[in-house]
Amino acid sequence: MSFNFTVSPSFPNERISDWYIFNTWLQRQLGLPIHLELHDNFGAQRQAIAAGRVDMIYANPFDAALLVRDKGFQAIARPEGNADEMVVVVAADSPAHSIPELPAGIRLACTDDPCVNTLGRILLEPANLEAGNTRELRRETYIQVTKALLRGDADAGFLPVEAFNGLSPLVRRDLRVLVTSQIQVIHHVFLVGPALLPHAEAIARQLLSMHQTEKERAMLAALGASRWQALEQEDVEFMIDILSTLTS
Amino acid sequence: MEDVHPSPGTTHVLIHSDGTTRQVHVTDIETPYPHGKLIVSRTDTRGIITQCNPSFVDMSGYTHDELIGQPHYILRHPDMPAATFQALWSTVRAGRQWNGYVKNLRKDGGHYWVYATVVPNIRDGCVVGYTSVRREPSRDRVIAAEAQYREMRRP
Ligand SMILES: Cc1cc2nc3c(=O)[nH]c(=O)nc-3n(C[C@H](O)[C@H](O)[C@H](O)COP(=O)(O)O)c2cc1C
Repeated sequence: MSFNFTVSPSFPNERISDWYIFNTWLQRQLGLPIHLELHDNFGAQRQAIAAGRVDMIYANPFDAALLVRDKGFQAIARPEGNADEMVVVVAADSPAHSIPELPAGIRLACTDDPCVNTLGRILLEPANLEAGNTRELRRETYIQVTKALLRGDADAGFLPVEAFNGLSPLVRRDLRVLVTSQIQVIHHVFLVGPALLPHAEAIARQLLSMHQTEKERAMLAALGASRWQALEQEDVEFMIDILSTLTS
Repeated sequence: MEDVHPSPGTTHVLIHSDGTTRQVHVTDIETPYPHGKLIVSRTDTRGIITQCNPSFVDMSGYTHDELIGQPHYILRHPDMPAATFQALWSTVRAGRQWNGYVKNLRKDGGHYWVYATVVPNIRDGCVVGYTSVRREPSRDRVIAAEAQYREMRRP
């Protein structure tokens, strides 16, 4: 039997092959058969989780909360440094230069990333904007969110900072960031599910020492990280408490 | 032309719920909320600050060391009605989440407005402390809260 590994679909597309390389490395280190299954969107990934087809996951904070609270997953590591931050952007020719200048009735382009959308909604509160007086345009990818803004189909959009920074300088020139979140305390985490718990310690050991060789450092850099940092159960509980204040 | 002087401020005496009496200096200078940031703190079950993030420290005007170990009422502004905090405490002690608009006092006597959420930290079924996360309120909501609190403070 092989174990299933998946990655929260919020990472940039260019990293797909890097996650396969990571998975191959992890299998070799552990001597365990691990199958990497990447889902196109959050809905598909949620279904896989519900069906018990996920044993190990690199998850966004919202899914991590669900997995720890309801599914018996254990968080073992997080990438050092970068917290999960996002930007609210408009087209460069938009009349709005700050959040309070955004009027009721605007069209918002976003994906189905629960983390980015929750933070984006909070950053719109100073303008009294909420679900009732905005229209959400759901797009499959962040590239499509950007296109909706540039074509004038949407008035504002939500992007992870990483996705925004990954846009070409030409595209970025045609956009304006109204606000960048600085939450600092929530981030993606690496979790193992019940079937893999007997191997949790071995997996943690591999991840935490992964920055020690040059080859492994390059693999981490390709995934946008410099090293894995250990996580205690209380770190995750704290993050879950913070999330609960954001979603009500 | 008339000179415009910044208000020199006034002195207030706060009588806290634990019996402590404290003299505070209050001006009418508001520090704007830092856009995009969350202000986070944690307390033990008695409301003593155990942890806070850099945004919390920056906005308070105190140093990190001056805050840790202090009662959370170190930020209490005399314009805040006592009933608001009684509601906060009875809600979170009951294991539920509290939300509200709060005017906080800075060390320099100025203030800042937040929309605050306080949640109990429940571990193995027990409340072991509380976490508060504040975010930027809209101007309209601050004006409405100001009016409501003025009304509540009327003798
Ligand atoms: C997690 C947590 C955060 C709090 N944050 C604040 C705050 O930012 N400002 C404030 O005035 N009181 C805050 N309080 C409430 C104080 O503990 C206290 O009840 C309030 O300042 C009134 O104090 P007093 O009635 O003793 O004067 C917080 C309480 C908890 C549990």
